[in-house]
This record gives sequence, structure tokens and C-alpha cells, in this order.
Amino acid sequence: QGLLRKSVSHSLLSFGSTTGACRAIQKLTRVRLVDNSTLGNTPYHRPPKCIHVYNKTGVGKVGDKILLAIKGEKKKALIVGQKMPGPTMTPRFDSNNVVLIEDNGNPVGTRIKTPIPCTLRRREGEFSKVLAIARNFV
Amino acid sequence: RVSSDGKPPKFQPPPKPVIIDRKTQKEERRFLSPEFIPPRGRTAPLKYYIERKDMIQRRKVLNIPEFYVGHVLAVTTADPFASDKSKRFVGICIQRGGKGLGATFVLRNVIEEQGVEICYELYSPRIQAIEVLKLEKRLDENLTYLRDALPEYSTFDVNMRPVPRMAHEEIPVNKLQVRMKPKPWSKRWERPKYNIKGIKFELPEHKMKAAQKWSQPWLEFDMLREYDTSKIEAKIRKELSEELEK
Repeated sequence: QGLLRKSVSHSLLSFGSTTGACRAIQKLTRVRLVDNSTLGNTPYHRPPKCIHVYNKTGVGKVGDKILLAIKGEKKKALIVGQKMPGPTMTPRFDSNNVVLIEDNGNPVGTRIKTPIPCTLRRREGEFSKVLAIARNFV
Repeated sequence: RVSSDGKPPKFQPPPKPVIIDRKTQKEERRFLSPEFIPPRGRTAPLKYYIERKDMIQRRKVLNIPEFYVGHVLAVTTADPFASDKSKRFVGICIQRGGKGLGATFVLRNVIEEQGVEICYELYSPRIQAIEVLKLEKRLDENLTYLRDALPEYSTFDVNMRPVPRMAHEEIPVNKLQVRMKPKPWSKRWERPKYNIKGIKFELPEHKMKAAQKWSQPWLEFDMLREYDTSKIEAKIRKELSEELEK
């Protein structure tokens, strides 16, 4: 509890300092996995980090796909919440939330407890399976 | 009673009734939303006048209640991507910003251990209703430090019932001192620049003293920063009362 920082507490030891700045997700950002997949919940000595953003610019916002490095493996993921303030009326979360995804778009986990922004519903075709396992919408 | 003289007692007129004109008193103390007051600058006042007319038009349609930072609000917005086409969010108002039609307020709540903040525009046509669930002012005008406080201070039940307003005049001030998570924080709230009174600082004495190094005691005496809004406010209040009666 003494090492409980304001951002993620997924790893048992947090190395270095955590940035308090609110920016979008780019290469080497530490993210928080929100689904109940085994990859996400097993503890590891390094937090999951973004290594590539599938975007024209290297900056990922809500609804973008990124490549994540977890437990020495590469896995694709979808950004569902970011610390950076977006357009008005869209929610801003206190941590950068991410959901693991396969190459064809199927989510790895079976349930997402944390709230998901309603704006993802706009791309119902791509993310229908992820939205189906989501519980709360903000 | 019979006086000692035997004559009838001297006529004493009844005490004059003190007329407390509640209507004028209420008008003097009526709340003027901070986004009506134009910022200090060299823009033509006509622009603000036209904006105020539009704001009043919107207020005639949608009832925007009087609220301050620290109130718990429930906002229903129209959303094409939500079920039932409308979305309800409950949260504590952290800050109010912007002037004119772009006035915004940020609501914060912690849902399923995840802190969520939404910045709403007061005059956006997407907003369908704003209800005040709990009336409570806090010690500060900016509660952004709640992001670094323990999550229990930002959690509010989504289905909470509106607390009825007691007297029609005063709004209670909650002198709650919030406990923070361990440092580092997103901003150094102990510095006098933020002038926060609502945090219970559990920092050692020498750190609090070191933070006072950044104090700028000359700022409150700076005459160039003065902005006296009393006359402007009086004019705007008169305008508002005229327009709302129409």
C-alpha cells in the first residue's frame, strides 16, 4: 500500500517515477489492462508497455489499435480510455485503459468491468465483439 | 389601565410595521452564473451582449439550476450511440470554466474503481437535463486535487436521491479536509499558488515551509490585476431580469 501511486498498481514494484502528465498513448507508455484475460492478471515484474501505434501519427487515442509488450510477448490491443482530455462530452479516465485483442479483432478476455466510452459504439462493425463483453458504458 | 391622574392614558400609536420586502432582497442576492460576466479585455461589448441574449434563449428552454463547485449533479445528455438514446452521468463538479456560450463544467465520479471525468458544455443542445442532487459548497473553487485524493472522496452513488434543499437562502459549506494519496501528485498542491484549504496535508513541517518559498505575497496588492465586476454585474442582472420576464 505504500507503493500505491496515483497511476497503475499492476506491477509489484514500480521502477523510476510515474509521470503525472496527461498525454495520449504512444510508444513506451505504460498502460493498464482492463479485461480479465490471464495475460493481464498474472503479475510480472514489468508493466505492459506500448511498442507501436497503428496510426498515421504515432499517437493513439481512444479506439486506436496498438501493439503491447506483455510478459515478453507481443500482443495487439485496443485503447478504451485515456488520461488526456478529449473533445467535450467525452469521458476522461484516470488511467490509460487497454483491452487485449487478436489480429482479427476478437477480444482475448471475457469480461470488461471498467466503464467504456460510448463513442466506441460508432465503430460497431470493427469492435462489436469487444463492446459485447463490456459491462458499463459511460 | 388607569393612570394616576384619573384621565384616560395618553394615546400611543401602535408600533410602525417593519416591511421586509422579500422580493427586492431576493433579487439582490440572486445568483449570477459566472459565465455571464465578460472577461477583462478590449473586445466590443456588443459581442457579449449578443452572446448573453443567446444564453438567455437557451435558459428559457432548459432550466440550468444554480450550482457551484462541489455540488453533486446528474446530467442527462442525448447520445445516438447509447441505449435509449440518452445517457445519465452523476458526479461532483470539480471546476467551472469558460465564459459565454462556451461555459463548461467538469463532473467527476469513480465507477468500478476507475475515476472518470466528463467536461460538459452548459449551453450545448445535447444536454437534456441538469439536476442538482446535493447542494454543498466546498472550501475551494477548484477541486482538481480530488484526482490525487483517495478515491472514496470522489465516489458518488449513481442512483442517489436528490437531497432536499433546506432553507431557500443559504448554501451549506462543507469544510471537509480531504486526505491525499502518497506523493507524487499531478500538481504540487501544497504550494501557495493554488491556495487550497480543503486538503489535510500530512507532509512534514520542513516540506510545508519549503513550499512557502514560492509564495508571491505581492500579487494581492497588484493593481493592474484588479477587475471590479460590481457595476458590470449590476448591469447584467438588470438585463437578465428584463429578458426573463418577457
